Amino acid sequence: MKLSSQSADVSQNIKIKSWTQQLMKDVKKDWELYVFLLPTLVFFIVMKYGPMYGVQIAFRNFNGALGILGSKWVGLAHFKSFFASYYFPLLVRNTVFISVYSLIAGFPMPIILALMLNEVRKSKFKRSVQTITYAPHFISTVVMVGMLITFLSPSAGIFNHLRVAIGLESRNYISEPALFRHIYVWSGVWQNTGWSSIIYLAALSSIDPQLHEAATIDGASRWQKIWNINVPGILPTIVILFILSSGSIMNVGFEKAFLMQNPTNMETSDVISTYVYRRGLISAEYSFSAAVGLFNSIINFTLLILVNKLSKKLSETSIW
Amino acid sequence: MLKSQNGDRIFDTINMVLLGIITFIVVYPLYFVLIASISDPDLVNTGKVVLIPKGITLMGYVRVFQDKEILTGYRNTIFYAVAGTMINLFMTLTCAYALSKKRLRGRSFFTIMFAFTMFFSGGLIPTYLLVKSLGMINKIWALIIPNAVSMYNIVVARTFFSNSVPAEIEESAMIDGCNTTYTFVKIVLPLSKALISVLALFYGVGHWNSFFDALIYITNRNLYPLQLILREILIQNEMKSAMMEVMADGDDMVSMQMKIASMIKYAVIIVSSLPVLIVYPFLQKYFAQGIMLGALKG
Repeated sequence: MKLSSQSADVSQNIKIKSWTQQLMKDVKKDWELYVFLLPTLVFFIVMKYGPMYGVQIAFRNFNGALGILGSKWVGLAHFKSFFASYYFPLLVRNTVFISVYSLIAGFPMPIILALMLNEVRKSKFKRSVQTITYAPHFISTVVMVGMLITFLSPSAGIFNHLRVAIGLESRNYISEPALFRHIYVWSGVWQNTGWSSIIYLAALSSIDPQLHEAATIDGASRWQKIWNINVPGILPTIVILFILSSGSIMNVGFEKAFLMQNPTNMETSDVISTYVYRRGLISAEYSFSAAVGLFNSIINFTLLILVNKLSKKLSETSIW
Repeated sequence: MLKSQNGDRIFDTINMVLLGIITFIVVYPLYFVLIASISDPDLVNTGKVVLIPKGITLMGYVRVFQDKEILTGYRNTIFYAVAGTMINLFMTLTCAYALSKKRLRGRSFFTIMFAFTMFFSGGLIPTYLLVKSLGMINKIWALIIPNAVSMYNIVVARTFFSNSVPAEIEESAMIDGCNTTYTFVKIVLPLSKALISVLALFYGVGHWNSFFDALIYITNRNLYPLQLILREILIQNEMKSAMMEVMADGDDMVSMQMKIASMIKYAVIIVSSLPVLIVYPFLQKYFAQGIMLGALKG
């Protein structure tokens, strides 16, 4: 009994030894590949996993002088005080509202644009439309918001010139809380529709042309072909992109919301990420705002997993 | 048959008209900025400039190029974009090449480890504290190191290397006695010009347009990138003047300042956005490929 277990140990040892030997041999033979990988590996460990280690300050009262591990452990205190605060329902409402609105308004647009572009036979016209609709994607958020403020300006903006021309009073759009969401979402549609259509166009171009030929012989109309061939053909792409966008439903683009904020529209423009920035980096309440940020990441990650699972069940399409 | 051809023609016409309207909606604001930048600001502000420039003047541009802060910002941005993109490309291409090789031990472990960070992160505050503790505040490294590589682009490049570079060419080079580095630099990279130009564009535009990292990591105005200067001109000033209009009629000082600001704001948008808007159409044919390769399952 003892003997056999010993021999099992020995053979186990040999196995491990030969595995490590094989590993050493492989690494030695291809050492260059590992050197290629090294800078990026270090980057991910330090710059991406480093903050994941550092996020434990959400459970402590972080004090720079004491370091992360030296700071006092307070458990869920910061989370509790966030959930109990006046801001919590407001921030969650604003964040979810803007994201869901963006998703509903912005998600179908690129699909429609791609389906339309796919029907165009004049390739020069098609290419020009593509080039122009991609352009806003390359404009920086600062310029985008700068343009919005200029166009919506109460005295010099083009929208107010129109209003005045038809006899209405000019409005200060950018400072009205009720309008913030619409401006945020529809300017996003303007900026992103063209660029987001690329992936659907690529998916459309990989649909088997024989399907279209067969449908034409059977007398199908253009509409019928779009609806019965093109739409089902890009459905897996649609589902995957939908999963990915659902995973960031609590992730309002920080930069644009931050730049569009002003004291008069905070009631609708304050979202979780801008709050984290304000409390964390302006007021230096590191632990509290790290807790708010962590809460946000966990919700996002959970949503991503849930939607992915659901989609796996319903359509056998998933991102992993 | 004739009827269906007619139907086809109607369909095509409606489709093209709708696409024409969409294109107009996209292009008009950009066109307006362009004509406003060369028009008399008073005519622009009173809504007289709609379709063609009026009272043509280049004063806006002259003022932009006389402004020391804008020029410094511009120079800084060019430097950050070039240096940042070079580091991005170096890291992305080498790492993606390693990950594209099946003989790399732990290949799927590394891939999962890197990809996980696309879906979960430590968040803003821990990242800020890390950058601070690494002593990068007010150093250009703060704008380069935290974004040294993007997993999304690694996936694009990895898929390109395994699908679009013929394995036989690499193998025969290896048999001829070339080592991995030589094969990568002399054989694989020259075959990857499309990939490299798309990655350079994506990374370059990212650096060119970013302002947030500079906002939190850089306090020295001499190191400000263009976007932070733009933020002051286009957003902070404008917000202030919009607020003032609400509260009271501004005094002369304020209205003079506003006039100067409105003179340069259109010109500065053009000057800052033009480099990017000129480059991307040349690479347009690679976009579809670049984006498809990045689709996670690829």
